[in-house]
Amino acid sequence: MIDVDDVAVAFGDVGVLEGVDLAVDRGEFVGLVGPNGAGKTTLLRSINGVVDADAGSVRLDGDPVTGLGTRAVSRRVATVPQDTHLGFAFSAEAVVEMGRTPHRSRLEWTADSEPVAEAMARTETSHLADRAVDDLSGGERQRVLVARALAQDAPALLLDEPTASLDINHQVRVLDLARDLAADGHAVLAAIHDLDLAARFCDRLAMLHDGVIAAAGTPEAVLESERLAEAFGTETVLQTNPVTGAPTVSAVDREESRGAAVHVAGHGEVAARVLGVLWQAGFDASVGVVPAGDVAASAARRLAQPVVTTEAFSAPDSATVDRAAAHLEAADVCLRVNDGPLPVGDGVRPPVVDVAVEDRDAVSRSDVVEAVVAGLERRQVPADD
Amino acid sequence: MGATGRAARWVLGLTAALVAVVLASASVGPVSLPLADVALATLNAVALPTSVGLAVDSLDLWVLSVPVPLPEFGYTSLFDFAVPATAESIVRTLRLPRIALAAVVGLALATAGAVMQGFFRNPMADPSIIGVSTGAAVGAVATIALPLAVPFGLHAAAFVGAVVTAFAVYLLATEDGRTPVATLLLAGVAVQTFLGAVVSYLLINSGESLEQAMYWLMGRLHNARWSEVEATLPLAVLGVGFLLFYARDLNVMLLGEEDARSLGIPVERSKRVLLAVASVMTAAAVAVAGVIGFVGLIVPHVMRLLVGPDHRVLLPTSAVAGATFLVLADTVARSFAAELPVGIVTAAVGAPFFLLLLRRREVHAL
Repeated sequence: MIDVDDVAVAFGDVGVLEGVDLAVDRGEFVGLVGPNGAGKTTLLRSINGVVDADAGSVRLDGDPVTGLGTRAVSRRVATVPQDTHLGFAFSAEAVVEMGRTPHRSRLEWTADSEPVAEAMARTETSHLADRAVDDLSGGERQRVLVARALAQDAPALLLDEPTASLDINHQVRVLDLARDLAADGHAVLAAIHDLDLAARFCDRLAMLHDGVIAAAGTPEAVLESERLAEAFGTETVLQTNPVTGAPTVSAVDREESRGAAVHVAGHGEVAARVLGVLWQAGFDASVGVVPAGDVAASAARRLAQPVVTTEAFSAPDSATVDRAAAHLEAADVCLRVNDGPLPVGDGVRPPVVDVAVEDRDAVSRSDVVEAVVAGLERRQVPADD
Repeated sequence: MGATGRAARWVLGLTAALVAVVLASASVGPVSLPLADVALATLNAVALPTSVGLAVDSLDLWVLSVPVPLPEFGYTSLFDFAVPATAESIVRTLRLPRIALAAVVGLALATAGAVMQGFFRNPMADPSIIGVSTGAAVGAVATIALPLAVPFGLHAAAFVGAVVTAFAVYLLATEDGRTPVATLLLAGVAVQTFLGAVVSYLLINSGESLEQAMYWLMGRLHNARWSEVEATLPLAVLGVGFLLFYARDLNVMLLGEEDARSLGIPVERSKRVLLAVASVMTAAAVAVAGVIGFVGLIVPHVMRLLVGPDHRVLLPTSAVAGATFLVLADTVARSFAAELPVGIVTAAVGAPFFLLLLRRREVHAL
């Protein structure tokens, strides 16, 4: 339905898009993510013909946008704009009626009321028909604008930050609706800055960064930590939301890498917290052996750090212990949390520092870092000889 | 109720008000006439064009006399009531032409004002915002001050000055086929300032004709003739009729140009058409009546408060309300012992009323 091929757009000397490729088919809900200023809105504008591409082509159902008239384009693609302030006291119904513009001739003065009523029913805005749009709440106004786009009866639907400035229940309602519309056969492309929402509702994500699509595919594949770090300039932690099953992203501050690896011998919430502190402080960290399903194991996975697990309620077999020992021996320091078991291997063990903390809230960052530094100093003594 | 129904009801009501104001106005004057005689004489004056011929007029260009073919209409009166001869003559040759001209000018200015306010998405826009009136003033004052240098009559000079100015402002504000509204507004202000200087210069050098020029600049309708009505009425009526086809475009354009475009409105083309029609209507009005301020600002504004922002209702109601308002204002203007230019009345009456509205309703309730 929507085919973006090597599109470049520049404003003056500033290139915003530099060779974007993207395709959205009918029945698909694609989320366009990327940092502020990445050109998400510009890409949408080049698809609906508001901005002309300097190079490359945008095709709608195979026909280049530039060759179609304004009216023909508006019959194929409807846009829900980002800025929802209207400034004039039109009733909600009048605004939805304007969605019929591409289907009416100049001589038709009044709108065909059926598609208008349908669009309003679908977006649950029928009861707002006579209210002035300016008096509506942000969520209601956003739904009225979605209704306007629906009344436009175009197979492709573009949404520019449909959830910005909405509270959480309206965000979910609007995106739910977008997903339903995709299921009905629309090709839906939405610029969404909220990565969690994008991952939860979209079939596919496309990440726009540095003027190109830096990654495209399933949410899990696109929201990969390293990619996010590059695009958004901050370290992130990817988790799976236990309720929705969708990946969720949290940004965390991670200090610059200290070039030292720490092995954590221990398990449970305290070990998990120690791992998090180490990672944030810029250490590489590994953990093991811990029971599968232990919080320390999932913490390590979220942080993309190595972990060695054994089946719960059973003693680790020797191969598992060897793997854990290899991590331990490769580390510069080992932190033994609350007398956790030390995996025994054949190699040379790095300095082991004992850390005893009652519960996870008692884990202090400075204590942990101090313990590591003390261990590193002990290690350096023989090295100086 | 649909927009058509609402428009029809409002227009009917306002037309009734217009008729009442016209009759009342025609009975007011140095000689007070009974309303019944006025009504019958007015009906007698109603005529329809029933035949078209071709007449040759000559346009004097300095020493040359250029023949210009013009259509000439034969009129047939619809009614022939018995009315006292003096009353008939006063109503028909003195008062009605002036009332009709006031109505036509008011209609044109108010409609053009409604278009400009929607176009600029600014309630403070008026029909001369892109310099139409100042352009007309240059043409008119030049004719008055330097009669030898300007080859055509005052009306034609004012009309040409207005249209040329509007076109020039449009060209100045257009780049790569796009005319940003803000640029247009600023170009209009700059050109108006420049032309204002030209008018001032012409005025100091106008010598004995200064008074005549000043009167024109204030806007006046006295000495109105049927020929002036004949020249402006078709432009005004065709203009309103044409603009009605663009009423929905104007509505959608109120949402912003980007939205309008994504809804299938060819924005730049619509802007050109709207600017051209509104400017020609304003130019026609200003050419025959001089600079009459405030009608084009206040009438659409008040109507918007009454009927809402939908141009399908706003445009026709503004047209009829503008006609009514200017007839009323001109009646007041000529009721003073020393006749006032109508522009003074519209501003003196309009400004306080406008301020009252602003105080009562919030400005953003446009």
